[in-house]
Amino acid sequence: MLDPVVWDVGYLLSASMFIIGIKRLSSPRTAPSGNRLGAQGMLLAVVITILKMQSEGIIGWELIVAGLAIGSIIGYIMATRVEMTGMPELVALFNGFGGAASALVGLSEALKRISDGVPDPGVELYATWTAIGLSALVGWITLSGSLMAMMKLKGGFYVPFSKKDDRGRNKWVSFPTWGPPWLNWVKAGLLLASIALIILTIQNPENKTYVYSLVATSTLLGILFVLPIGGADMPVVVSLLNSLSGIAAAFTGFVIGNNVLIIAGSMVGAAGLILTFIMCKAMNRELYDVLFKAFGGSGEKDQLTRTKVGSDPEEVAMVLDGAQKVIVVPGYGMAVSQSQHAVKEFADLMESYDCEVLYAIHPVAGRMPGHMNVLLAEANVPYEKLIEMDDINSEFPECDVALVIGANDTTNPAARTNEGPLAGMPILDVDKSSVVVIIKRSLSVGYAGVDNDLFYMDKTMMLFGDGKKMMNELNSAIKEL
Amino acid sequence: MYKGGTSQQSNQAGGYFVMSLTLTALIGSITVFVLAIFLGFELISKVPPTLHTPLMSGANAISGITIVGALILSNATFDGMDTSFAAILAFLALIMATINVVGGFMVTNRMLEMIAGKKRKGGK
Repeated sequence: MLDPVVWDVGYLLSASMFIIGIKRLSSPRTAPSGNRLGAQGMLLAVVITILKMQSEGIIGWELIVAGLAIGSIIGYIMATRVEMTGMPELVALFNGFGGAASALVGLSEALKRISDGVPDPGVELYATWTAIGLSALVGWITLSGSLMAMMKLKGGFYVPFSKKDDRGRNKWVSFPTWGPPWLNWVKAGLLLASIALIILTIQNPENKTYVYSLVATSTLLGILFVLPIGGADMPVVVSLLNSLSGIAAAFTGFVIGNNVLIIAGSMVGAAGLILTFIMCKAMNRELYDVLFKAFGGSGEKDQLTRTKVGSDPEEVAMVLDGAQKVIVVPGYGMAVSQSQHAVKEFADLMESYDCEVLYAIHPVAGRMPGHMNVLLAEANVPYEKLIEMDDINSEFPECDVALVIGANDTTNPAARTNEGPLAGMPILDVDKSSVVVIIKRSLSVGYAGVDNDLFYMDKTMMLFGDGKKMMNELNSAIKEL
Repeated sequence: MYKGGTSQQSNQAGGYFVMSLTLTALIGSITVFVLAIFLGFELISKVPPTLHTPLMSGANAISGITIVGALILSNATFDGMDTSFAAILAFLALIMATINVVGGFMVTNRMLEMIAGKKRKGGK
């Protein structure tokens, strides 16, 4: 038998690969290699674990091979089948699985230890049971919270077997955002109850009831944690839950006494927290407000009192004729209507008439940072035409037409005032361009629930309709000119 | 993990090695935990918004490292045909962790190919 230190050296190597992998992931040039390095580190850790178990003589191959095979197939299918628009939901779902796996490992270890005989009171009992309790608490919160976040990103669900409407779809139920101020006290109570349950499990390690109660309180805590947070803030929540799933893995590392879990888990936990703050900063929001001040869809929605006459594609095509510079402002509506290819076609058309076309990317456009970049890249838009907010805002005053596709809150001038839910959020200065064309299904408010003055400006032309349909009509109108 | 601090004993029931944890080993693990947290805080400082989602997704795949725990537990709890509840939980954990790892890295790769792959193409 090999000296067991070989395995530890292997784990150390794999942990180093994770660290370098994360580092490389934070820069555009090195990101793909960083991701590969992380995957290789993971493969190394798995191979070492299997070799180590085999060298110790006993291995339940059936269970391990079956588990790895089933998981790989499901993961492969989900990762390759998903549409680019469904990416944020998928990340949330994977994250939930990770948290659940950590919690299940902790629970399984607890049950095994109970049936094998609980250690005598001492360092081992206290440390192991504290770790089991904490990995359960964090892991189950991650699972239920991530599933909630996934539903919120989807915005709702179709009720199966319900009466179909005229377009052949089932009844759509939108996912609720609900959180009266007293809910924070309920959450605090649940957290205290969970901590009390962890202490009880340490005092009565044989009693499984406390372990199962802890599962229940943590799951409920995760649900109530995400319930009051609006869909617009979901990226921050998913990022925070990602940080939590790392911490859960680290606690699981304490449970089974494995350093690679502790290193990788706590590092992801800390890096995830930093990323959460970076994302909050991009949205000009405080993390505390996001988590405890129920905003972004849950607040009062402005009642629409104004109307705006819609334009038609021919009229817009005439305005675009002879334009020197057009800035496209995509939002979640472009993702939903899958109109990125039509947008690219539009840009090609305009460029063939010697018009410069740029894309203004708001940091939180869509439902995840980078959402628009991914979609436009899919449609073969060159990377250097995607300009970030701080750089493009100075170009709006000299642009002839700003074409807004399914974006709302990120262009709302109300953010410049110091009142209302949008106060202080950085926005794209779309209103400074000579003409604004907005493709949107209606005048309805965005996630923040604030009416958008931009729609009612004299220089604004509204094209009411589905993003893809309107873009195609606009493209054919331009061709006919 | 710490050879100096742990003594390995053969467990009669399952025949696998149980670490009997000492205070020295625990403090060692806590040291690793705390230092790795500080490392994580320092590791990323400036991330362009384009990379927020891939970074989140890649970090999420790495937190699937719990797959190692699921493997160890699946092995330790599996006992022939007589499957305990603990073994079922460990098996579920293994499937979920594998989905997290395989799906996570693949989806991150897909996103990065679109972002960074196009960048190279656009640069020429």
